[in-house]
Amino acid sequence: MIIVGEKINTSRRSIAAAVEKRDAAYITKIAREQAEVGAHYIDVNAGTFLEQEVECLCWLVETVQSEVGLPLCLDSPNPRALSEAMKRHEGEPMVNSISLEPERFQALLPVVTSQPCHVVALCMAETSMPTSVEERVQVGSELIRRLTDAGIPLEKIYVDPLVQPVSVDTRMGLATLGAIASIMNDFPGVNTICGLSNISYGLPERHLINRSFLALCLSYGLSAVILDPTDKQLMATLVTGEMLLNRDEYCENFIAAYQAGRISER
Amino acid sequence: MSDLKALIEAVIKGDVKSATADTQSAVDGGQNVQDILDVGLIAAMDEVGKRFSKGQMFVPQMLRSARTMQECMKLLEPFFQEGTITSKGKVIIGTVKGDLHDIGKNLVSMMMEGAGFTMFDLGVDVSPERFVQKAQEIEPDIVAMSALLSTTMPSMRLTIEALEQASLRSKVKVMIGGAPVTRKYAQEIEADCYAPDAGSAVTRAKEILGIS
Repeated sequence: MIIVGEKINTSRRSIAAAVEKRDAAYITKIAREQAEVGAHYIDVNAGTFLEQEVECLCWLVETVQSEVGLPLCLDSPNPRALSEAMKRHEGEPMVNSISLEPERFQALLPVVTSQPCHVVALCMAETSMPTSVEERVQVGSELIRRLTDAGIPLEKIYVDPLVQPVSVDTRMGLATLGAIASIMNDFPGVNTICGLSNISYGLPERHLINRSFLALCLSYGLSAVILDPTDKQLMATLVTGEMLLNRDEYCENFIAAYQAGRISER
Repeated sequence: MSDLKALIEAVIKGDVKSATADTQSAVDGGQNVQDILDVGLIAAMDEVGKRFSKGQMFVPQMLRSARTMQECMKLLEPFFQEGTITSKGKVIIGTVKGDLHDIGKNLVSMMMEGAGFTMFDLGVDVSPERFVQKAQEIEPDIVAMSALLSTTMPSMRLTIEALEQASLRSKVKVMIGGAPVTRKYAQEIEADCYAPDAGSAVTRAKEILGIS
């Protein structure tokens, strides 16, 4: 399970404040904390800064990588921000994300083929949000085809089937889960990825809902996840889920996590 | 009026069967249709909005109550055409160009309809030109815009400019919202107001129009 640590997002007040005053110490602290608990990629997102986004995102890339030796997940809907950030990134970044929306696809294809990288492929096309498993799989399959045709290896593609709130439509959980299973089945070797928090929008006890959804995603074959790795309960659910799905020989990881105090609530 | 209490309860609970039955019997009993709407349906949705703001009701219940009210409105519709019902105002709503997110926008639209506004929902990916076109057509009181991506927010500014160019800006109130949108941004682009969620959107809309 590939973990992308989501905390460095300027939609969080403390991160926005740190970026505003260029507080490198704080940003690297948050990056390091996530690295220490098992993140494979550190997500960086400065979307709330609007016109300053490009500058801020580049600063985040340089700041995090000056202290933490992990690849970053460059998170923005702005192609220029992604391309500028990529130039400053050492090693292979994950680019979050490309979709089938025509303008976005056209602007980003050259970016993701300009240098080696991993690509998050979001199952959104031009007309509207997908509402079913079928629509997601259709868009996802098309994205995989176009990206592999452009030379990106299947293993570097992370299909994000889009997570929508169950509060609005109680079929949304299964819509994502079904899409994950279909894509993993139809394209052996591809990755799937998603964030969790959309699923619980509009309901109370969001942490409980999110970590339960994580366990379900695991069982449907999700191979990568964007989450807060410093959320102890969430990570406990992750390691427990993997064990329950026969992905933890002799329950080694679970027991190690337990002995390191990463499982107990107390 | 005891019919209306039962109707109010049914709408709050989201019980379509009871609510539509109560609405029909109120209509059949000759009750004033504006009263059924104002004192019954709108009052119920007002209560739903209050409970939502207090964290006593959540999005699914809000949706259920709004849909219940919509079913009751269908029974009152014949009276709308005859011009016997007054609406609180006309609102054009849409998600801006380049943006396909509609969940929040739909919630706002439902709650505003529940409050007695007449909604014209243009859907998603709505260009400044389409907002202006519709505004010219129906002369709304409010133009409401939603955006969920920071990259599509600039379209809000462009739409306001387009309204200005079409000499419509002073004739409407502009309201904006969406996850990346802030009060500060609303001030920057000189929107008339900002609302953080569907519940407060109704309150703010009434405020800027000076109605209750």
